[in-house]
Amino acid sequence: MNGPEGVRADPPADAPAPPADEQARVEAAARESTARGRFRLPLLEVRNLGLLGVLVLLILAGSFTKPAEFLTYDNVVVILTLASVSGVITVGMTFVIIGGGIDLSVGAIVALATVWATTQATQLYGTGGVIFCALAVGVGCGLVNGLMIAYGRIVAFIMTIAMLASARGLAINISSGHTQTLNADNQTLVNLGYKDNFLFGRIPPLVIMFAAVVVVGWVVLNRTTFGRRTFAIGGNQEAARLAGLNVRMHTLLLYVLSGLCCGVASLMLIVLTASGTSANGNLYELDAIAAVIIGGTLLSGGRGTLVGSVLGVLVFTTINDIFTLNNLTTATQQVAKGVIIVIAVLVQRLVAERRAGADPV
Amino acid sequence: MTRPVRDFGRRGFLLSGSLAGAGALAAACTSNAEPESKDAGTAAATGANAAPGKRVTIGFAGPQADHGWLNAINENAKKEAGKYSDVDLKITEGSNDAAQQASQIQTLINQKVGVLIILPADGKQMTPTGRKAMTAGIPVINLDRVFDTPQAYRTWIGGDNYGMGLNAGNYIAKRLNGKGTVVELAGIDTLPLTQDRTRGFDDALKNYPQIKKVGRAAAEFNVQTGQARMAELLQAHPKFDALWNHDDDQGIGALQAIKQAGRSDFFMVGGAGSKSAMDSIKKDDSVLKATVLYPPTMAASAVRVARLLGQGKAMGDLAEQEIPTSMTLFSAVVTKENVDTYLPLAFE
Repeated sequence: MNGPEGVRADPPADAPAPPADEQARVEAAARESTARGRFRLPLLEVRNLGLLGVLVLLILAGSFTKPAEFLTYDNVVVILTLASVSGVITVGMTFVIIGGGIDLSVGAIVALATVWATTQATQLYGTGGVIFCALAVGVGCGLVNGLMIAYGRIVAFIMTIAMLASARGLAINISSGHTQTLNADNQTLVNLGYKDNFLFGRIPPLVIMFAAVVVVGWVVLNRTTFGRRTFAIGGNQEAARLAGLNVRMHTLLLYVLSGLCCGVASLMLIVLTASGTSANGNLYELDAIAAVIIGGTLLSGGRGTLVGSVLGVLVFTTINDIFTLNNLTTATQQVAKGVIIVIAVLVQRLVAERRAGADPV
Repeated sequence: MTRPVRDFGRRGFLLSGSLAGAGALAAACTSNAEPESKDAGTAAATGANAAPGKRVTIGFAGPQADHGWLNAINENAKKEAGKYSDVDLKITEGSNDAAQQASQIQTLINQKVGVLIILPADGKQMTPTGRKAMTAGIPVINLDRVFDTPQAYRTWIGGDNYGMGLNAGNYIAKRLNGKGTVVELAGIDTLPLTQDRTRGFDDALKNYPQIKKVGRAAAEFNVQTGQARMAELLQAHPKFDALWNHDDDQGIGALQAIKQAGRSDFFMVGGAGSKSAMDSIKKDDSVLKATVLYPPTMAASAVRVARLLGQGKAMGDLAEQEIPTSMTLFSAVVTKENVDTYLPLAFE
């Protein structure tokens, strides 16, 4: 199921199995996936060693250049909080990409969700209204994406670009270019960002949310039928279909999941900024895709790890932080990001090839 | 491309700017000294020039209003045009794409508008289009982001980015009594307007050797990046005395970050003059103590000037027979003392 791309594109010769065998085949496929999953667990860590190394190097660089400020509790909280927003989006993106798709609309969905959730009209319904609207917009956009891609057979790339354009346009229209600020009734939401509301006085609620999303995401991806099917569909859609999986419904669900993650990320942004604007989530799609890719997930689908994606997000957020701490310019930062992406992928590849022989990353 | 070509040297400008900054400060203390504001404008509009004259069709082409200030530009233009019975305003849908904006302006030229107001998405790229209109005999009023050559416009009206930095720097220095540490939260570093604001700020601080700029980050002009970069800056600098933030929109995020970190050891000066910033300055409920104007009313002024150009009139209070070729707005410092004067100019 995870052969080289050229082989994977061809339908397997023995694919059209008799209906009687179908159930057995799915079972077999599932067993094989689980077996692979168990076998891959150490390998997964090996593959992420490169990225972990980059992160450690970054932490060393940060501690070396700003010894008094970098590794403080407050600064780590800042890094983790900022990582939470893009991190949650990246979790959804990891599922979509492993499932063989792509979602370019995440940033625009975040913009639309924050704008919609913070407009005066929705604020009348209080904090519950804000939360509901953010999640509903996320899921709604994901549903449209999924329906059009799975049932309308529009290429994911095209459909999500269309969603990118229209969601951002809609966000600008609804807000008429204004930054919408939350009114006093929604202070409960904003308070989540303040130190006095940290759990046990130490841990920001946003970081807990992020951790919860990662744990749930990891379990779903690695320990459930849904996760196994995601790998199967991303690896070879045709084979998965012939094996009796409802590929369309599954694809639909993947985009809904990505939309839901955008909704959650929007709520985090609202907590952080106490406002919503159409400029939110700018270029989030690129950041999320970059984090997923340097995390070792194949852009062509079928293979990937959630832990890698999360490490990818942490690497990016840590770079940002180190650069700001040292007063370096954005332009330099972009160059560094590019270099680190290439180094991380190279190291990953070398490590994986050495450990696993001819197994390509 | 947001800065006009100036005739006088930077030093001279620096000096005059410092004086102007000091003047603004003096004006701030005497709250009944009313600087040029909406009221002053209405006074001019009730003069001889306000009397209905020849019918003028004005074309307006601006960039996409995806930011509070740009949105205010469009609203100002529309509102002002509505005040005159002899003005027809044709507005094109804003676009950040130079090619699209060029074709929109071509449409306005084809419709034979009398005067064109253009706020280019990119001044350099839109220069040929401005020239084309001028060649076609349509006077162009270039708003804010400057065309490459004076051949492309009849009159330029815009804000003073360098002056913004200068006045912010001078205000901060005075308030700190010439001694302390400052941090700067800039906009988009690749834009000339951000570079000009920073240059003005640095030039102002050069006059105060005991003031050190210890930190700087660029926050891309939006709320979310404002929050992120400010949160990091606050960690980098456990103590400083003043913060200059280039833009009030990203300032919403920056203020949240400051509240989240529970910091109050410094005061903050914003930029542009949004309603939320001015409200906050008036209430005096945060570290935000002042904001430096970059008024979107320039769009309203552009409509007035366009109307006068179309009717072949001169400007009321000047001895000139013709409308001047360039007008640079003053970046006044809005503080608690004078905020009521400027509040009507604030944008949402």
